[in-house]
Amino acid sequence: MNFQLTKEQEFVRKMVREFATNEVEPLAADIDKEHRFPEETVAKMAKYGMMGIPFPTEYGGAGGDEVSYAITVEELSRVCASTGVIVSAHTSLCCWPIYAYGTEEQKQKYLPDLLSGRKIGAFGLTEPNAGTDAAGQQTRAVLDGDEWVLDGAKVFITNGGYASTFVVMAMTDKKKGTHGGISSFIVEKGDPGFSIGKTEDKMGIHASSTTELIFQNCRIPKDRLLGEVGDGFKIALSTLDGGRIGIASQALGIAQGAFDVTVDYMKARKQFGKKLSQMEALQFEMADLKTRIEAARLLVYKAAFLEDQHAKYGEAAAMAKLFAAETAMKVTTKCVQFHGGYGYTADYPVERMMRDAKITEIYEGTSEVQKIVIAANTFGK
Amino acid sequence: MAFKIIVCAKQVPDTNVIKINPKTGTLIREGVPSILNNDDANALEEALKIKDKYPDTHITVITMGPPQANDLLFECIAMGADEGILVSDRAVGGSDTWATSNTLEAAVRKVGDFDLLWAGRQAIDGDTAQVGPQLAEKLGLPQVTYVEDFEIDDDLKNITVKRQLEDGYEVIKLQTPCMLTAIKELNEPRYMSMSGIFGEKKMTTWNAKDIEVDLNTVGLEASPTNVFRSFTPAPKGKGVILEGDTEKEIADELLVNLKEKQVI
Repeated sequence: MNFQLTKEQEFVRKMVREFATNEVEPLAADIDKEHRFPEETVAKMAKYGMMGIPFPTEYGGAGGDEVSYAITVEELSRVCASTGVIVSAHTSLCCWPIYAYGTEEQKQKYLPDLLSGRKIGAFGLTEPNAGTDAAGQQTRAVLDGDEWVLDGAKVFITNGGYASTFVVMAMTDKKKGTHGGISSFIVEKGDPGFSIGKTEDKMGIHASSTTELIFQNCRIPKDRLLGEVGDGFKIALSTLDGGRIGIASQALGIAQGAFDVTVDYMKARKQFGKKLSQMEALQFEMADLKTRIEAARLLVYKAAFLEDQHAKYGEAAAMAKLFAAETAMKVTTKCVQFHGGYGYTADYPVERMMRDAKITEIYEGTSEVQKIVIAANTFGK
Repeated sequence: MAFKIIVCAKQVPDTNVIKINPKTGTLIREGVPSILNNDDANALEEALKIKDKYPDTHITVITMGPPQANDLLFECIAMGADEGILVSDRAVGGSDTWATSNTLEAAVRKVGDFDLLWAGRQAIDGDTAQVGPQLAEKLGLPQVTYVEDFEIDDDLKNITVKRQLEDGYEVIKLQTPCMLTAIKELNEPRYMSMSGIFGEKKMTTWNAKDIEVDLNTVGLEASPTNVFRSFTPAPKGKGVILEGDTEKEIADELLVNLKEKQVI
């Protein structure tokens, strides 16, 4: 048992915290207000190797580990949850499945551009009638000679409007259903018949691009199949296991960020002749929140650590996401409360943080779905 | 032939969070994070910019300090330096600027061949700005301090710098090998990169014997500087704002106050 970060992990935190403070935090309120995807920040993150942290250098990655990746998403999300999820969706949901399931040719073709951040990645599973319940997939792919032909639509796709590479799930054999009937494909921006649909107007993470993907007689070469025919559901589930570590890190960062600004606020704000930080009732509440955040951190880092050890991490990732997301919601709600009326205005970041926190309980598997995963690991499927 | 740069850097306590013990007048170092000295980061950045343009360039960072100063070398290499050398030995502990520059001189001589020597103008803990110039003198190098702008010709020989003055700047041309000290106006230091953090680190530690320095010229004993007393200037007392309905009233109040204090 050793709770110490490695030297590399410590320096990752130092580097990303400096980067987030200087480059991300100053933009956070504005890009939220303007619903603007921060392309300039993504270019800077790419330059410093933040778009390919847990992948080997032979494909253009940084040669880092999952814990460092988790710390990076946490530190970015501490000041801007939208920036955090750009990295998370790109890394966990697009780069990872190509790295884990791609052929050598596919890895050579896609990973250098993705891991260097020259291109952004996205992942298409969710449909209007099929989220976690993947069996309801209506997007179909049919092999026609040397081409796969995709028809259908995906919704709520993170990075959708700015991505160049998409990992997309589609039904290839309805009769086989979820297991064996779904396959994964790599779709590129500009493929014939592929277009981006409407951009969602969301409660939070306004600077993250969330769009529809539309496939109308979209023809892609046969070699864009990712994994084997019928592997899609397995690929999607294992991808989401890792994605949950990213979202759990995002939630952890949101909680920590809201907590930190509230501590500062309480030290400055006076009511009834004393500072809020001197009021025991509020001190105790903050002590509880701090404890929860630390517990969430341990769960998140443990899940990432298990992945680094090539141990089973699906249940740990579900626990981390469940707990960290609920912590983010609880902490940000309390932090708005402790700011009083000011906390309800956009003049203070806790207002944005509370709106941003909510999504962490929903995407990449709702809290209820995490409980299904944990229960299945307890009682069997 | 690769262009060779040596950058001298120092690990210092982060002065943004530092406190001074009012009783002893010394720094409270406990819990204070150590950072790469600001001006030294500018010196390294300028070296890295040369390397960006001429990738053959080889950058060696030299620092002197306790073993934890390896963290500084880690950071410099993660920013893009090729290797780091830590000179660490109890014999050089407590050195003032003269003894420090003797140590660094020996270390630079041991590295051997180089084209350009960079350092920060001064360290935020000592604030003397003496080590760089002393080192240049001892190595017999031409030097320019307070460099706020730097250009090197493609021949990697002729250099033009702007040297900051209180009321303007000087433009100075010189040739390698030489020594320059950097100020914050020179550039904006880059962050560490992820590949730098996870990449291999060539870090070496040398002791006093390794650098073949005369032990009579280093360390506390050999340092001619003696600190007799250090103190924190007492904070200024709270001001008083006089109020009144008319200027005359306020002036009267002021006179009464000054008389009470027997100032007039």
